[in-house]
Order: sequence, then C-alpha cells, then structure tokens
Amino acid sequence: MDVMPKWAEVILVPFISLLLAAFISGLVVFAIADVPDTAITMMDRIGARLDFVWGAAKLMVNGALGSTYGWGYTLYYATNFMFTGLAVAIAFHARLFNIGGEGQAMLGGLGVAIACLYIPWPHWSVALIGAAAMAGLFGAVWAAIPAWLQVKRGSHIVITTIMFNFIAASLLNYLLVNLMRPKGSMDPATAHFREATNLPTLHDLLAPFGIAFSKSAPANVSLLVAIAACFALWLLIWRTRLGFEIRSYGESESGAKYAGISPFKITMIAMIISGALAGMMAINNVMGEAERLVLNATEGAGFIGIAVALMGRSHPLGVFIAAILFGFLYQGGAELALWTSIPRELIVVIQALVILFTGALDNMVRMPLERMFLALRRNKAAGAN
Amino acid sequence: MANQAPAIELKGISKAFGPVQANKDISIRVMPGTIHGIIGENGAGKSTLMSILYGFYKADAGEIFIGGKKANITDSQAAIASGIGMVFQHFKLVENFTVLENIILGAEDGGLLKPSLAKARRTLIELANDYGLNVEPDALVQDIGVGMQQRVEILKALYRQADILILDEPTGVLTPAEADQLFRILGRLRSEGKTIILITHKLREIMETTDTVSVMRRGEMTATVKTSETSPAELAELMVGRKVLLRVDKKPATPGDVVLDVKNLKVKDEKGVERLRGIDLRVRAGEIVGIAGVAGNGQSELLEVLGGYQDGTGELLLNGQPLDLSGRHSDGQSRRARGVAHVPEDRQREGLIMNFHAWENTAFGYHHDASYQKNAMLMDNAAIKADTAEKMERFDVRPPDPNLAAKNFSGGNQQKIVLAREIERNPDLLLIGQPTRGVDIGAIEFIHQQIVALRDQGKAILLVSVELEEILALSDRIAVMFDGQVMGERMPDQTDEKELGLLMAGITDTANAHSVDEIEENLAHAGGDAGKEV
Amino acid sequence: MDYMTLIQLLDSSVRLATPLLLACLAGLFSERAGIFDIGLEGKMLAAAFFSAALASVTGSVWLGLLAGIGASLMLSALHGVASITFRGNQLISGVAINFLAAGMTVLIAQDWFKQGGRTPSLTGDARFEGITLPGADAMANVPIIGPLYSELISGHSILVYMALAAVPLTWWLLYRTRFGLRLRAVGENPAAVDTAGVSVIGLRYAAVAICGILCGIAGAYLSTALQAGFVKDMSAGRGFIALAALIFAKWRPWYALWATLLFGLFGALETRPDVIESVIGMKVQGQLLGALPYLMTVIILAGFVGKAIPPRAGGEPYVKER
Repeated sequence: MDVMPKWAEVILVPFISLLLAAFISGLVVFAIADVPDTAITMMDRIGARLDFVWGAAKLMVNGALGSTYGWGYTLYYATNFMFTGLAVAIAFHARLFNIGGEGQAMLGGLGVAIACLYIPWPHWSVALIGAAAMAGLFGAVWAAIPAWLQVKRGSHIVITTIMFNFIAASLLNYLLVNLMRPKGSMDPATAHFREATNLPTLHDLLAPFGIAFSKSAPANVSLLVAIAACFALWLLIWRTRLGFEIRSYGESESGAKYAGISPFKITMIAMIISGALAGMMAINNVMGEAERLVLNATEGAGFIGIAVALMGRSHPLGVFIAAILFGFLYQGGAELALWTSIPRELIVVIQALVILFTGALDNMVRMPLERMFLALRRNKAAGAN
Repeated sequence: MANQAPAIELKGISKAFGPVQANKDISIRVMPGTIHGIIGENGAGKSTLMSILYGFYKADAGEIFIGGKKANITDSQAAIASGIGMVFQHFKLVENFTVLENIILGAEDGGLLKPSLAKARRTLIELANDYGLNVEPDALVQDIGVGMQQRVEILKALYRQADILILDEPTGVLTPAEADQLFRILGRLRSEGKTIILITHKLREIMETTDTVSVMRRGEMTATVKTSETSPAELAELMVGRKVLLRVDKKPATPGDVVLDVKNLKVKDEKGVERLRGIDLRVRAGEIVGIAGVAGNGQSELLEVLGGYQDGTGELLLNGQPLDLSGRHSDGQSRRARGVAHVPEDRQREGLIMNFHAWENTAFGYHHDASYQKNAMLMDNAAIKADTAEKMERFDVRPPDPNLAAKNFSGGNQQKIVLAREIERNPDLLLIGQPTRGVDIGAIEFIHQQIVALRDQGKAILLVSVELEEILALSDRIAVMFDGQVMGERMPDQTDEKELGLLMAGITDTANAHSVDEIEENLAHAGGDAGKEV
Repeated sequence: MDYMTLIQLLDSSVRLATPLLLACLAGLFSERAGIFDIGLEGKMLAAAFFSAALASVTGSVWLGLLAGIGASLMLSALHGVASITFRGNQLISGVAINFLAAGMTVLIAQDWFKQGGRTPSLTGDARFEGITLPGADAMANVPIIGPLYSELISGHSILVYMALAAVPLTWWLLYRTRFGLRLRAVGENPAAVDTAGVSVIGLRYAAVAICGILCGIAGAYLSTALQAGFVKDMSAGRGFIALAALIFAKWRPWYALWATLLFGLFGALETRPDVIESVIGMKVQGQLLGALPYLMTVIILAGFVGKAIPPRAGGEPYVKER
C-alpha cells in the first residue's frame, strides 16, 4: 500500500518543502539586513533585523501583488517560468534532465527576432503564430542535438545541455555584436521590431471589458498562450498515446522496450517538445516585452524552470501555480533590490533553496511524514480491532 | 552431546517493513556441525530472517545467541566477528575487481594493499587444499562463471574464519551437476565442524542434504523437524498450509500446423558476444514447447528477439510468414499486431510499470488498440478501466481495483495482470518466461491451468523456465538450451531430470555416465558469460 | 609561432588547467565512490569568494585558503546529506548547490564589502605569488631548456605544484591502499562493501569530503592566484568543464591530468587569437574561441571517449535490498 494519502503527497509535501525554503530565505535576509546605527543593544539589533525581514516581505508582496502594475510584472515573469517549467517537466516525465532550457530559450529568442525582423506580418495575431513557430523550432533544434548525442553517442544529456547553454550564449553574443546589430548602434541588440508585430498587453486585452490594468506592465497575450500550453501538455501527458509512451519510458526503460516503445523516438520527441516549450518563452520576453532581441534576454528564466518543475511535481497544474509563485518572487525581489541594499541575487538563493528542498531533500520532508501516516494507520487499525 | 550449546539460537525474532510483517516471533536452534534447511515459499520471510542474523537488517524484537552466548548483531561487521558468513542469492561481488581483491575487501590487514593481498593469496591456497575450493585468484570476477563466483563468496566467508555459513537459494543459477558439487563441498565443511544454514524453496535439496529443517509460511515458523523423519509431501503441506497438487492435470496434446518456425537464429550482445548461436526450433498449434536450461544460456535473448526488441540474424516464420529480425521494422507492437503475445521473464522490470495503475498496465503495450481510443487524438481511459475490471474479475486478481498501482499487488496477482493482458488478446503464439517466479502456490496452480487451457484452444506456446519441475509438468516437448544453442529435444515422458541436467551442462552424449570434472570443464569452456545471472 | 610563444602558451595552459585539474580530481573521488557531483562549479565559486574575502580581511592568503576549503566543505556536507543520508537525486542536489553558491556569494559580498558583489583587490600576502624554483634565474639563458625551466616549470604558485602532486597521490591512494580499494568498491557495488562489514555511508561521506577539500583549493586558486580577488560568477563553467574532463579521463587520475591540460590549452588559446591566426592562417572570432572549451567538450563527449564506463553504482543512492 502507498504509505501516504494522495493529498499529502501532492499538497502537503511540496507545501512543507516550500515553508522550509521560505524560512531559510528569511534567515538569509535577517543575516544581511540593514541595521540602523541607532540600534545598539543586542535586543535592538535583533529587533531591527526582524523589522527589516518583515518590511522586506511586505515590500515584496506590495511590489508584486499590490497593484496592477505589480501584477503585470508578476504575470509577465510567470509566463516565462510557465514555458521553461513545462519544458523541464515534460523532460522529467521521460526521466531526462534538461538543464538546457536557458540556451534553448536564447535560441528561441533568435527565432522570434528572425521572424519579426525579416517577415512582413500583416497583424500581430499571425505574427504571434509565426514567431511562436520559429521560437519553438529554434529551441527544439537546440534540444534535439543533445538528445541525439545522448541516444546515439552516449553523451550525458545533463552535461551536453549545460555546454549548449554556454555555446548558445557565445552564439548570440556573436550574432548580436557582429551581424544583427543595426548600423551605428553601440548596443549589442537587434533593431526594434515593427509595430505590426507588437503584442497586446493585458492592458489592451482587458480594456474592452472595462477592467483597468496598468499600461506600463509587460504582461501580454503570451500569458494566454502559456496557459494554453499548460492545458495542452496536461492532455498530452495524461490523455494521449504519446504521453503514455513518454511516461512509460520515464518509469522503466526496460519495460518500454518490451512494450515496443522506442527509446530513441521517445528521447527525441520529449526533448524536442521540451526545447520547443523553452524556446517559445521568447514570444513573451523578446516579442512581448523588449520588442527586440537583446543580450542575455532570458535572465536565468531557463534555470528557474527547474525549480518550477520540481515544485510543481512535473504536473502542468503544479507548474502553473509554481510559475506564478516564482513570478511573485521575481518581481518582489526586483522591488527589494530597488528599495533596499539586497541584491537581486536573493532570488537565485531562494530558487536554490526551492530546488534543494522540493528536489534533492525531498526525502527529508517525506520520511517523517510517512512515518507519521504509518503510525496514524496503525493506531486506527488498533482502534478498529 | 545432548547438552552441547546450539551454534545459533534465535528467540522471538520479529521484523516489519512498513505495513508488511516479514517475520513474526520466530525461534530456531541449530546445532554445531549440522546442515539446517529453511524452506518456504517466496516471500515467506526466509531471506529476511537470515539477513537479520547477518546484521543486514535490525530486528524489531527478539534475541540472537551464538554458541550459547547472547550476541548483539547490529551490523554485518558484528556478524562477521561472531563467525557468521553469508552467501547471498544475488552475489555481493565487485565485478571489475579480481577474486583476490573481492576476498580481502573489508578484511584487509592494514592500510596498504600489498601485504594483505600476499597473505590472502597464501590463505587461499590452504583453503583450496582443505575444502576443494579452487579459484583463479587474479581473474576478474566478471570473467568467471557463476559457479566460480559462488565459490568466491564461500571463500570470502571462510577467509573471515566463519564457523556458521548461511546460503540463500544457492542453486538457482547452477546446473544440477554444479549443485551436486556445491552440496559435496557443504558436506565437507560440515565434517570440518562448520554449521550451515541452507535457505531454499526446493524440496529435493532439503531432503538430500540437510539434517534438520524448519518450515516458514507468511513470516511465521510453522515447524522444525528432523529431515529423516519427514517427507516432501509433508513439507509441502507445511509450506502452503494445505495439501498441494504437485502435478498439472492435462490431456495429451494434439499438435496442429507449425505456428512458429525459428531457423538458424543468431543474436549478438552489445559487446559482440554471440548469445544465440544458431537456434532451430518449431512450435506447433496446440502444444507447449518448454525451454529448459540454466539461467543465462540464451533463453532471455530468445524471448527478446521473438518479442521484437532484440536484433538478430536468421529466419523467423509465424504461420509461414516472415517476422522481421533486423530491429528496424520490428518492435513489441508490430509483434503484438501479428498475434504474438509475450509474458516476459521479469514482470517487475519489463512486464509491468510498477508505479502505473493496474488499468494503465492493462493498456501497456496495447495502448494503440482501437478499443482503447476515444478519438484520433485521445485515449479512452474509462474504456480501459472497464476492460481492466473485467479482466481482473476473470483472472481473480485481488484486490480487483483497477486504480491500484502495480507495486501494491502481490507477485501472484501482478503476474495475473500480465497474463490477463497477454492471453485475452487471443494470440496465435504465446511467449511465456518464468511464469511462476515469485508467485505463491495457489496462484501457480491457476497460472498453470490458464496456460494449459490456452494450449487446448489450439494456441502455440513457448515456455521458458529455469524450474525443471515446471518444464516437466507443463511441456509437451522439451528443448534444452546451453550456451546459446539447443542441445537437444526430448519428450517429457521419455526423459528425466538427470538426462535434462546433463543436456543443461552441454553434454549431449547422455547415455554414458559423466564425472563432475568433465561437466566443469565443459562449462568453463563455454566461456565466462554462459550461466551468468541475468 | 616561435619557441617563446609556445612556452608562453603552455605556461598559461598550466595556469588555466590547475583549477580544472583540482576540480576534476575532486569529482573523481566523489564519482568513484558512486556520488555524481555537478556541484563542483558551485563549490569552487563559494571557495573562491570566501578565500578572497578572508584573505582580503586578514591579509593572509593561507587563512583565505582555509576559509575557501571550509566553505566548499559545507556545500559538500549539504550534498552528502541530500544524496547519501536522504537518498535524493544527486543531479538535482548539484544544481541546487550551484545556484546557492551563485546567489550567496553575491549577497554576502555585497553585505560585507559593498562593492557590487566583488571583493577588494588582493595584493601582497593576500595572494598566492609565483614561486621561483631553485636555479630558474640562472638557467633562464640556456637555450631550449632554459626558458622551458624558468618560464614553464618554475614561477607558478604553490597551488599549481600541489595540484600536480595530487595526481600521483590520488593514484596511489586509489590503487595501493585499503581506503582506495573500498572507495572504488563502493562506487561499483555498495552492497559488496556493506555485506563485508564496511560502512557505505562512511566511505561516501569521506569521498564527498575529499571532493570538498579539492574544490576548495581549486576555488581559492581562482580568486587568490589566477586572479586577484573575487568577482561574481568567476568560476565561469569551469566546474562543468572539469566534469567533462573527468568523463574524458574515464575516471582515472593520470588521464585527468592530460585531459585538464588539454582543456587548459583551449583556454590559453582563447586569450591568444594571434597565435591561432598565425597557425591556421585565418582570423577566428573571439566568441568562437570563448565557446571552444564547451564545443570541444561536446565533441569529445560525443566522439572520442569511446565506451567510457562510469562507476556502476554512480548516481544511485544505496538502499539495502529486501
């Protein structure tokens, strides 16, 4: 019998992991807090630090959720993380660890830039479809190479995808500095995309319904694409033959072979879908927000996808929720960096702690819980006798 | 010597793994210089009990006395210090270490290896002389056969000066002749005053080699008797808790047309070693062809290539039509579409996805089946669940819950889920490997009946099993495999275990008597990989 | 390319190979014991920061080195707890450690030094300086051998010589001692070690600790010898390249030396585009040179390694079977 009920497995374990991550993040902020010179005694200093932590938390909540402007940024970041989180999640289902989301998203940006710069789209809606296709294609190719190398040449996909992140960064650096930079510009970035390719923001989308939304926040129609992707991936994983095969392969390679499921096919397809999803992030950050391709456009979103997928237990709904949470953290962290001395790297620490507790230290949280549920059941059985 | 202290005494040992009670209040006494058998079905708790004695697990309750003194065996180190050695069913050897390195591992004499190795080499020669345990000290373990690996395990224990030797299912991977030799070595150890505990599920071994025997059932010790005062029938009844039918009831076969025709089938593994070296085999409609052989002589590769997930060369005909062998156009699914069903040897690694629900496992391999689809895109999970419920009903799977994960069913019920999935497709040919491995006796009877019933419907069945009894009971024709070849075919009523045993050791001239040495030589000649546990 | 250029190129290869070699040997101990470690990068980074920080505050590079080793050991302990005690996924633990180091180094650097996530520049005793070997100056003018000795062999910091000495030491430890036998055994078949009465957990923690120490030295080298102070993300993927070198080296100490020297050479070439231009006769883009170590890693992993057989129990947490 499974030791834990399903609700504990799905909700309680991630929740406790998250609490632990939040607590330690709090400790970190406590340790690096600004203490005013007026605090002299030990108690004063501790009090001041606690005040700082509390203030920082409030600042994050207000900055990220206190206004439609904050929400606009939170949802913008969340859109990025939904794409990269789904990318990691689908690979996890095939027991593949794709650390290359960052590079795949960079390549996706290149795809978007090419689509938007060189094709005269009549309307943003067709441009979105075309750019998304290009972004997906570029990301997919960047993931397919490591996948192919793993199956055919035995190169470890974790190392190869890491290497492909570095190579992607060099490639983009070269293209932006040497080839795609408009004449006379000192900025390593492409020219601005034409008006027709600019995506409507949430402000534009919500205005017809009479809902006022911040005009300057970058959240845009890509959010809807990301949500649709969550739903589509859920269908794919749990309701289609391909999803069945991917999950089978992920659970047992020997079993998959017996059942006539080709490891080559599944590895390639899972990584292609994964890379395409990571690449499609570019419709949000490149096409929706910057409206041109800049250097380091991805800002680590590919890596945050790992934390998002782990926290979301590789389930599309879980990824959706975790992405919004990280969107909040990201925007909150930016506000914090703006108004206090705490650098933005705090978010990297939080991300590390979430990966640590929901991923690597999963058993630390799980084992005591399992023991607790076992004891509960024993007691119940004893009571029934 | 009535008042002599027992070599081992266990008092009230209990152990639970999560909700499973593996050992319940077990007590046992073994006198020095005897061979004590522990017999029981798979999952009866034999291995757990011995792992507790060896300090591999900690008992929840109970006491252990060694030589009359209370021993506190907290880990393997303490067990070794108490003079206990254990040969596990799956050997605990480092494959790419030499025999000598394996023997000194954990029993080195100092920080540097050189003196330890030199001392071990000397001791090894002495032990070889004393007990007839010859090994090649500098051979890599991965290059020697299983029989030899087992000797290394025994030597490991003796090198640590064990007086008590526990052997867990030691004959599972040996030919009958190798097993006989093992028992001769054990006899010699007993005469030197060593105490031996032999864990097995084979009644014959108990009757032939032990002085006393304990029977375990469902974690409990049901009896301890002198071997000379009991009978196989009595032991079987004690094991199962009721009278058992040791024979399968079946009518004579009425074979029809050839369904499967295998011609000169060859298979190479990844290292380029030939695992099948030209197999010729025919299976007709309405007959069961049993493949006998020691594990690792190519049976698994035969099933894999027939099941479509291993490449080979040669010719395969199903109902006269060729089956692809190259791996390019063949896979498990196209085989299934052609009417080849396959119950694999290892249900946990291949036949089932342990974390999948029963209903997902019912669709496993047949997930392209039209009746399981809702439309062109989506699968019809409700239809699969309904179909699973029906199958579970017909095959008496307990509990009959399609939403339970496969890992939560017992071995017998897991096997029934696989069997229901494969049989109910009305295949022309059923490949079935180790149908009753790790299955309780009640389910064994049921599974055997299903196989015979399928034969009586006129299906062709290829059965692979390492249990010679099962082969003899079920088969209408027996082919014996050794080192990737079929050594010969026999009719079950015209042969016996002895003749099959010789064939399993690669000796076709079965009319003349053979010495063990000759068999040994033959096995060694077959190369290190033959007879290796898979 | 003249002889002096070659000597200079090789000299800088050695400098650049040193942190790779230390990290590679670190990974070797860990992976030979069955613990995958993609957190080499993070451990180096943490060590680089704490070495530079302590060296800058105390003025003693040796205290800095100790602090770096300490920081790296802390992260090793975390990896051990996650992957040995709690049997977590070793790859995920490594990823977490890398991010933890990347984030924490900047946070603490900002909190302590307020210089945008870097330490002050190190000078004098706060840095490892090159050591002039006996007779180096005297020999400098001897043709051929002179420059070889005085430029290439002499003049490196003590850590370089330590790294080179670690190669035979590792070999000896691994193949000639009881500890090495057990360490290799636990990475191949932990059950064999367990049933032989030796603690699997103890051995694996020991291996992970050695890994931590070596990564600590590698990190300290980055910030106190190769460069003079810590800057954000200064490990720059070296931990991953060391990992690739480890696979290339088939988990063997001497091969690790050659593999890391090769990667060191790639790094050295990156800083000398003029040499490449003169050798192959055309100009090569700087970005391509920057990507060269990563590209070579991919190509080597895909092509030339052949069948590198990793330790059989690698990546798998040890669970006693029922």
